[in-house]
Amino acid sequence: MTGFAVQVRDLTVRYGSTVALDNVSFDLRPGVITGLLGRNGSGKTTFLSVAAAFRRATSGAVLVDGEDPWENARVMGGTCLVRESGDVLLDEPITENLGFLEQRRPTFDRTAAETLLEVLEIDPSKRPDKLSRGQRSAFGVVVGVATRAPLTLLDEVHLGMDAPARYAFYDALLADWIEHPRTIVLSSHLIGEVERLLEDVVILDHGQVLAADDAATLREQGLTVTGPADAVDTFVAGRRVVARQALGRTAQATVIGSVPDDGARARAAGLELGAVGLQDLFVHLTGHPAADDTARADTLTPQESR
Amino acid sequence: MFDGRDPLYVQIADQIRNDVLSGALQAEEQVMSTTQYATTFRINPATAAKAFAELVDEGVVYKRRGVGMFVAPGAREKLRAERRESFFADVVDPVLEQARLLGIDVDEVVARLRERADHAGRAAHPDPTPQAGAR
Repeated sequence: MTGFAVQVRDLTVRYGSTVALDNVSFDLRPGVITGLLGRNGSGKTTFLSVAAAFRRATSGAVLVDGEDPWENARVMGGTCLVRESGDVLLDEPITENLGFLEQRRPTFDRTAAETLLEVLEIDPSKRPDKLSRGQRSAFGVVVGVATRAPLTLLDEVHLGMDAPARYAFYDALLADWIEHPRTIVLSSHLIGEVERLLEDVVILDHGQVLAADDAATLREQGLTVTGPADAVDTFVAGRRVVARQALGRTAQATVIGSVPDDGARARAAGLELGAVGLQDLFVHLTGHPAADDTARADTLTPQESR
Repeated sequence: MFDGRDPLYVQIADQIRNDVLSGALQAEEQVMSTTQYATTFRINPATAAKAFAELVDEGVVYKRRGVGMFVAPGAREKLRAERRESFFADVVDPVLEQARLLGIDVDEVVARLRERADHAGRAAHPDPTPQAGAR
């Protein structure tokens, strides 16, 4: 089992007059950990809900393992969505929850779940609604990891978890995924923390796809150029500058899209090049000081994101 | 660890290259697996695999099917030769550039290098005669 592939084609979801997803298309590679990044209200949860058949598309399609997930027992049996709420039986002890999952989920590994509960210091005799917020989230994580679904969708599951618990979660997720490769989608705000776990990244913004690529390629797209102001301006002329700072005669510009001989040209001009982390790139791409039109202009073109 | 600005896989590859150069990793010694790298440093195994692919291409490590990755014989000599070639451009030239900026004469830089080299030489090969060995 390497996990389900997901194809999203021209997907639109409207809630009344609100367009949550506006004609988006992208793929999730099977057996890969993909980060789903976006600001609040960008459409992340809506997409995950459609992929898990919790909600219907207004138009367009999501194909999970080649099929429409809606009322599709085979595909749904292999899909596990864990939302912030944990998606568990809140008023039954955790041990009961585990028994229920064991019955319903053929891939659920009870031993793995019990080990994880211990790691995350959760008392299995307690009811989820009696746990602290962080512990309830942690139990959701246990369910998401131990279910070992071919398509595992984790929607902001780390909310309320403290740093040690989150790192325990990242370690457990990675270790379990290495043993049992499957498709995992991790939606998160904590880009700095999760970016090393990710092989692919999809960035949503205002219901549209800003970028969908492997994380390494995306990261290489951002570039800071630092040096004498006029040399910097000459260097970045004609390129997409998303930020510019000046301190005296020194300037730093952040550009999107690198060119193969950038390094040599920068050295010749006495400029210093730096990388832009995924988090900064995300902020530059999704922070729109001006109108919505600039946001749309910020979408990576196919050449840029290649 | 791995907080530099280079892509993570470049940093991983550099670390292994440095270990081979310093002798911390000997020829025919097994290198940590991509899985070990991934779980130890909390990174996606694909990132580690990319670093290893680069090292295999360069002939620094080689793969034994089903066993793991090993340091290639002659990898250290090969890396040394490469680093020697870039040493003057990457290390010496920037020193001269800095010296020029600070108004330090080249002769002063050379004298300093001589002095340090003599010192290092004495430390490495202590002179048997007592007066030369006194500091």
